[in-house]
Amino acid sequence: MQHVISVTVENKPGVLARIASMFARRDFNIHSLAVGPTEDPTRSRITMVVDGPEMEQIVKQLYKLVHTIKVVEHTPGEAIEREIMLVRVNADTLRRGEILEAANIFEAKAVDVGASTITFEVVGEPARLADFLEIMRTYGIVAQVKSGRIALAKDIKSPARKQKKTA
Amino acid sequence: MSQTITGADILIQALEREGVEVVFGVPGGAILKAYDSIFDSGIRHVLARHEQGAGHMASGYAHATGTTGVAFATSGPGATNLITPLADAYMDSIPVVAITAQVASASIGLDAFQEAHTWGISMPVTKHNYLVTDTSEISSTVHEAFHIAATGRPGPVLVDITKDALAGSIAWSGPSEIHLPGYKPSVKGHPKQVNAAIDMILASERPVLYAGGGIIRSEASEELRTFAEQQHLPVVTTLMARGAIPDSHELTLGMPGMHGSYTASTSMQKADLLIAVGARFDDRVTGDPQFFAPDARIIHVDVDPAEIGKIRTPDIPIVGDAKSVLTQLIDSGATALAHRPLPDRTPWFDQLAAWQRDYPLTYDQDPDGPIQQQYVIDELAKHSPPGTIVVAGVGQHQMWASQFWGFEEPKTWINSGGLGTMGYAVPAAIGAQQGRPDTMVLAIDGDGCFQMTFQELITAAVEGIPVKIAVMNNANLGMVRQWQRLFYNERYAGSELSATNPDVVMLAEAMGCAGFRAEHPDDVVPTIEKGLAVDDRPVVMEFVCDPDAMVFPMIKAGGSNDVIIMGPEDL
Ligand SMILES: Cc1ncc(C[n+]2csc(CCOP(=O)(O)OP(=O)(O)O)c2C)c(N)n1
Repeated sequence: MQHVISVTVENKPGVLARIASMFARRDFNIHSLAVGPTEDPTRSRITMVVDGPEMEQIVKQLYKLVHTIKVVEHTPGEAIEREIMLVRVNADTLRRGEILEAANIFEAKAVDVGASTITFEVVGEPARLADFLEIMRTYGIVAQVKSGRIALAKDIKSPARKQKKTA
Repeated sequence: MSQTITGADILIQALEREGVEVVFGVPGGAILKAYDSIFDSGIRHVLARHEQGAGHMASGYAHATGTTGVAFATSGPGATNLITPLADAYMDSIPVVAITAQVASASIGLDAFQEAHTWGISMPVTKHNYLVTDTSEISSTVHEAFHIAATGRPGPVLVDITKDALAGSIAWSGPSEIHLPGYKPSVKGHPKQVNAAIDMILASERPVLYAGGGIIRSEASEELRTFAEQQHLPVVTTLMARGAIPDSHELTLGMPGMHGSYTASTSMQKADLLIAVGARFDDRVTGDPQFFAPDARIIHVDVDPAEIGKIRTPDIPIVGDAKSVLTQLIDSGATALAHRPLPDRTPWFDQLAAWQRDYPLTYDQDPDGPIQQQYVIDELAKHSPPGTIVVAGVGQHQMWASQFWGFEEPKTWINSGGLGTMGYAVPAAIGAQQGRPDTMVLAIDGDGCFQMTFQELITAAVEGIPVKIAVMNNANLGMVRQWQRLFYNERYAGSELSATNPDVVMLAEAMGCAGFRAEHPDDVVPTIEKGLAVDDRPVVMEFVCDPDAMVFPMIKAGGSNDVIIMGPEDL
């Protein structure tokens, strides 16, 4: 089972190394990881997708690191999750139209076109990226790279959410 | 008025501000500037003969005094030699601050002479660590390091400072504040949990109070004893908690686990409730956790939230410092007892007494046979003043010392529990003696362990640190030999030290210590008397012991604690 967690840390050199070292030492698995600055320049936010049953220990061990300020485990459906992906697909002239049509449905952008391949950029929820890959697999995937997931908990006070609740 | 000051002076002043009286270390190129500053300071520097020695000295000092120990090392090999003591202090939650020097910041990453990536190497064996490249950050970093080392769950912190940061000068504006927004250890337990714990204790017919090293670290012995007496709880003390409650106390059952007493281990197996305080369900205590204390509900008190539920999910978790939580438990317990009686635990205490009667810790000393280490330990205990601090190495002698010495006070038993570091005893004893000059410090060491760090004898002699060291010479890596005998068909691969171990008496004398040897049981007491009478030098007493003796009781590694081997007849 995969879990998505956001770890807010002090923006200090080596924080990522500390987290990676702790995961290695404790035999925890990181599926994906994305790091970036936040609204507060003294803080970074790390979004991690982690595997395994030891969530409680993972959260506690993260908190144990001196530079960790907050760890949030996202409940599925209660966070906005996004990922960016670049996929290079086999696309001979015969099937190009077909492929571009499929890409259109996923709002995938053709960002590079070669003699026999097209490279798409897809942004979205992880499930959508997975679906797109599934479709493209039939044509043949030459190369693929993903950014790692980023997530932000939904704003509980957002009007959209309120509506949902009363509905 | 603008004054300038060097990084090295800032460092030494920062140490003085933390109350540091002594540092243990070895100098070298990168750290010379700091040595130049310490030369004029009020801080004593003890020159170890190896940085591993310096690190264990700092840890022994911290153990014995309850304050933070400090070690110094230069860049590269100096720093890497400190890694074992840091790992050791990390496993046993000992507050140590290591100051290492790093090559100049402009040389970092260029494979400069004596460059090692100390920050990266030390990361997994420290509670926290720093690389300081800027003179202006030395003061606040040292302050943070001491704060982190000593608070919450204590542990080692390393501060690596570049040569240029030490040499640089800045306008001095005084010490700065620490800023650790992510570091807020809990102290007090949740009152609701505390009350729930008391309810559970008052409903228990077969409780055991499982006291760990956290009791010693948080100086909670008084509270432990008061609480045990108030709630009428038998107490087991782990290897790290020996002395947390006097061994002579009627509620004390001794040490549980792999080489624990039958009663201590079995009490946990049969308990309906374990109250773990400052203990971490270590595999040497639990055996296979699947079979550990199967009928027991668990109350787990620990200052480190990550320890709670790591091995065994508790029924009542309480995050907090042992001393504070025990105080809360005592208060809540007193309130509850005002209108509720203690349950009748007579059958439980009768059962415990029967086990203690039927399965005591014993040994036989044949008057003409080889010397048994237990006999030596017994006699050492009889001849040593009350409050003597005992320091052990790792192996059979360590287990026997823990089993047969009666510990009456906290901080009188110092050993390497979590990491099991051979070579710990001699330097740790020196550190302990330096911190507690008026108390006798006695190392009980194995001949194998002794040969890992005996170079520090000269440190003790030269620095006037009069430790006593008993070397149990069984001409073998005894604990390894025991395992090979029991589990490897008596194939003694690599465990025999030659029968002509170095002449320990000559070696002691060469190192400026007094040396004595006992080869026959009749020599044991006279040797101890001679050794303990010397007070102007460190003393090494060698006891030539039975190479074939084995430590019992024994629970196989990874086995069930229900299966306790009481002696060779059970094999
Ligand atoms: C640094 C280190 N290396 C190896 C070991 C493995 N080991 C554990 S006990 C032991 C034997 C210790 O021998 P000795 O000091 O003679 O003590 P004895 O068991 O004979 O009392 C060894 C080699 C260890 N604990 N530490």
